[in-house]
Amino acid sequence: MNPELFLQLDRVIHEKGRLAIMSALAGTPELSFTELRDTLGMTDGNLTTHIRILQEEGFISVAKSYQNNRSLTTCSLTKAGRKAFAGYIDLLEQIVNQNKL
Amino acid sequence: MNPKWAEENLQTIRTLMERSAIYRRALAPIMIYVGVVGIIGGAAGRLFQIDAERGFILLWVGDAALALAGSFLLVRRQAMKDSEPFWSPPTRRVAQAFTPAFFIGFVLAVLCMRGSTGSINPERDDILVGVWVLLYGCAIHAAGFFMPRGMRWLAWVFIIVGILNCVYVTLYDEPASPHLVMAAIFGGLHLAYGIYLYFTEPKNPVA
Repeated sequence: MNPELFLQLDRVIHEKGRLAIMSALAGTPELSFTELRDTLGMTDGNLTTHIRILQEEGFISVAKSYQNNRSLTTCSLTKAGRKAFAGYIDLLEQIVNQNKL
Repeated sequence: MNPKWAEENLQTIRTLMERSAIYRRALAPIMIYVGVVGIIGGAAGRLFQIDAERGFILLWVGDAALALAGSFLLVRRQAMKDSEPFWSPPTRRVAQAFTPAFFIGFVLAVLCMRGSTGSINPERDDILVGVWVLLYGCAIHAAGFFMPRGMRWLAWVFIIVGILNCVYVTLYDEPASPHLVMAAIFGGLHLAYGIYLYFTEPKNPVA
């Protein structure tokens, strides 16, 4: 098995919680904080921490707005985030294919 | 490192991507349309005095078919307007979630039709109404996992109303007019929720 592929995996995305966030956002144009929390079963604090890290990395964008007099936080993948996620998936597929050989 | 790890991760990613795709098309027009169709159904039943069990079932199965067909047309129109596929993954999942309960409701209607004598049987109609409402509530609840959270609240309203209807039918000898109950529950609740959504849901949703 070629360990180099493992080393190429993006460390920011590779963490379980952040990978879950990236995966959920990759399947839809945007998700609210509540929808993300409910889909992934994360605590508010855990989700906030991971979102902040992904935002700092430029992988996701966070927009705050008001809907029916309530604050609404929505998250979506940025172009860089989508590219990084696609790269990550590509590497995983290469690892899977390598194992099949 | 476990060679299975990458494969399992890919599977988890695929599942999460599928689960996060939420149906977001504007629901207000669909709810209002279904509500109006329900109220018209109730009014027609009362106006033409369709009281025999067979007529009652035929009227409401026809009404449901009309509501379903119109809803699909509204969804299709929205999809075409936004240049998006009609049968998108979230739409497909919502339809799949609705299907079992709708199918049971339909089979139940057919069985009641076959067992009916053609006479007036408001007690049995009332029980059928309760079961239909409960099934519909369960169907929306199942679909609610792929739709905005408000749908699950609406589902619980239907379930509670369905239970109350069944309790009323069991406890009291005097049945309410089944047409009025159907119009109030299916027509009224959809219309009320549709009006609420009209004023609250985002105007440019995405599928």
